[in-house]
Amino acid sequence: MAAELHVELVAADRQVWSGEATLVVARTTSGDIGVMPGHQPLLGVLESGPVTIRTSDGGTVIAAVHGGFISFADDKLSLLAEIAELSDEIDVQRAERALERAKAAADASAERRADVRLRAVTTVR
Amino acid sequence: MGAQLRVYKRRIRSVTATKKITKAMEMIAASRVVKAQRKVAASTPYAQELTRAVTAVGTGSNTKHPLTTEADHPARAAVLLLTSDRGLAGAFNSNAIKAAEQLTERLEREGKQVDTYIVGRRGVAHYNFRERTISESWTGFTDEPTYADAKTVAAPLIEVIERETADGGVDELHIVYTEFVSMMTQTAIDSRLLPLRLDEVAAEAAPKGEIMPLYDFEPSAEDVLDALLPRYVESRIYNALLQSAASKHAATRRAMKSATDNAGELINTLSRLANAARQAEITQEISEIVGGASALADATAGSDR
Repeated sequence: MAAELHVELVAADRQVWSGEATLVVARTTSGDIGVMPGHQPLLGVLESGPVTIRTSDGGTVIAAVHGGFISFADDKLSLLAEIAELSDEIDVQRAERALERAKAAADASAERRADVRLRAVTTVR
Repeated sequence: MGAQLRVYKRRIRSVTATKKITKAMEMIAASRVVKAQRKVAASTPYAQELTRAVTAVGTGSNTKHPLTTEADHPARAAVLLLTSDRGLAGAFNSNAIKAAEQLTERLEREGKQVDTYIVGRRGVAHYNFRERTISESWTGFTDEPTYADAKTVAAPLIEVIERETADGGVDELHIVYTEFVSMMTQTAIDSRLLPLRLDEVAAEAAPKGEIMPLYDFEPSAEDVLDALLPRYVESRIYNALLQSAASKHAATRRAMKSATDNAGELINTLSRLANAARQAEITQEISEIVGGASALADATAGSDR
C-alpha cells in the first residue's frame, strides 16, 4: 500500500474534513505546492484558492479555502483556513450571485472569493 | 375574605408568575450553555493547530518580530474587557469589570498608560457612568459571537500594536474575560496576548516536551510570522468571546435557578402566613358567634326573670 498522510482541514469555527490522503495540492503565496507523504516539514501561507486532496481510496476532495496556512510534519498535514468549504457544500447559484454582486461593486477580494468557490465546484464536475 | 388574607393571596399570585418566568429563563440559559460549549469545542482544533504553528515559527527560527519582542520601556498598554450585553447573570459582569480594574491599576502602577477596549453593553455602561474614556467598544453579539465578530474586534487592536508607541500605538495587549471552567465555576481572568511569551505558548502546544520539527518556511519565516500572528490574536479573541458567552449563560442559569428556588421558598412562607390569617379569621368569627350567642342567652335569661 502506498504511503499515506493524515490531513486535517480546519476552519476557524469547525473541522471541515479529516482523513488519509496520498497527495495534497494547495496554493501558497509563492505558487502551487504539492505535498506527498515524506515531504520535509513545511509551513506556508495559503492564498485563497482551491485545495485538492487525493484520498487514499482513490477519491478526490476539493475545497475552497480563503486565506490560511498549510503545515506539514511527521506525515500529518493541517490546512488552517479562516473560511473553508468543501466543493459539495458550495451553493453554485449563491456563489454566482455573489460573483455578480462583487463585480458590480468592484470588490476585488469578494470577487476572488466567489471565483474560487465556483472554480472549486467546476473542477469536480 | 379578610383584607390581610387577600393581600397574601395577591402576593402569592405575583411570586408564582415571577417564578414561572425565572424557571423559563433558567431552561433557556441551560440549553444555550450547551450550545456555547459546543462552539468552544468546535473552535478548538483551529486554535490548537494555530498555536502549534506559532510555536513552530517562534522556536524553529530566530526571527525577530514586533509582536514577539518586548519593548524596553513599555509605556502604553491596551486592555480588552469582555462583558455581556444583558444582565441577570449574577456577578458575571461585575467580576469581569473588577478583574479589568485590578489589571488597569497594576499596569498604571508599573507606569503604563492604559487604553480600554470593551465588548458588551454592561461594561460600556459601567465605564460611561463613571465617565472614563473608552478607546473603542463593540456591542450586540456577546450571546452568540461569530468569527467575523472576533475579526472586527481584533482588527483595531492589531493595528494599534503594530503602530509606533510615539504615534499612539501600544506596547502590550491584555485581555480580560471569564473562563469557562465548568457548569458551576467560571472565573474572570486576565492574560497578556501580546507580545507573545513563546515559552508559554510552547508549553501549551506540546505539553509532553515533544520536539518541534525543523520546518521549511514558505515563502519565508518572517512572512509566515507576519501572516500568522494576526490570525493567532483573532483566534485567541474568538476563543475568549466564546468562553465568555458560555460563562455568561452558565451564570444566568445559576442566577435564575436560585431566583426560582427563592420564589418557591417565598411562596411556601406566604402560603403559611395566608393559612394562619385564614385560621385567625375563622377563629375570630367563631368567637364572635359564640360571644354573640352567649350575650343573647344572657339577655333572654335576664328578661325571663
